[in-house]
Amino acid sequence: MSLTNKIHSLWIAGLLASATIAAAEVKVGEPFPALAGFGLEGQLPDQAGKVVLVDFWATWCAPCRASFPAYSVIQRELADRGLVIIAVSVDKTKAPYDDFLRKFAPAFATVRDGGQRMVADVKVPAMPTSYLLDRHGILRAVHSGFHGDATAKELRDEIVKLLEEKS
Amino acid sequence: MNRTRLICLAAILLGLFLGGCATVQPWERAALADYKMRPDRDPLLGAMSEHIYFSREASSGGRGVGGSGCGCN
Repeated sequence: MSLTNKIHSLWIAGLLASATIAAAEVKVGEPFPALAGFGLEGQLPDQAGKVVLVDFWATWCAPCRASFPAYSVIQRELADRGLVIIAVSVDKTKAPYDDFLRKFAPAFATVRDGGQRMVADVKVPAMPTSYLLDRHGILRAVHSGFHGDATAKELRDEIVKLLEEKS
Repeated sequence: MNRTRLICLAAILLGLFLGGCATVQPWERAALADYKMRPDRDPLLGAMSEHIYFSREASSGGRGVGGSGCGCN
């Protein structure tokens, strides 16, 4: 193999390797990473046998803030049927996170991924992004962005459908 | 310098240049979302800049594209 061919081979191998790394995000139908394994700050609620909505957000993200009232309504309405919403903040600094929670007091669990380990592992495509998991921890739907009532309704319908599934 | 050496040099230089590129991930855009990053944060400064631009270029407008933000949604 000539030197030119070797360079070409190395180049193609590099491209393939980078494509493999980029495609390593969690896919629908696969188990979602356990939240407990990322050293998140805050108390994680019990998720065993529950339908879980994991929402990645930040205080500096306007659509994320806009989603909180809608998620609070859904959580209050469907908690008894087995829904758990966990909002994972990607704020690196604690002060704005604490201020926001004090001000808005959401009706669902919030934790902070200050080191941004989990968000990087999941490879969140946009802020906010929510991941809907069934009672077995399998990822069933992904929502990128929050577009007001339309997203809230779509999400609620999907959650209700999962809650009605036999475990 | 023969052709192979030129290709090697080009590959090394390309690697060096591409190594300087980085993607700002969606969760790393806190600084971009800051109010200070907004181009329209100061109306007076905006009007002055527009006036200078018009005086220099004899044209105005075409500034509708935002230059900052968290890129959310």
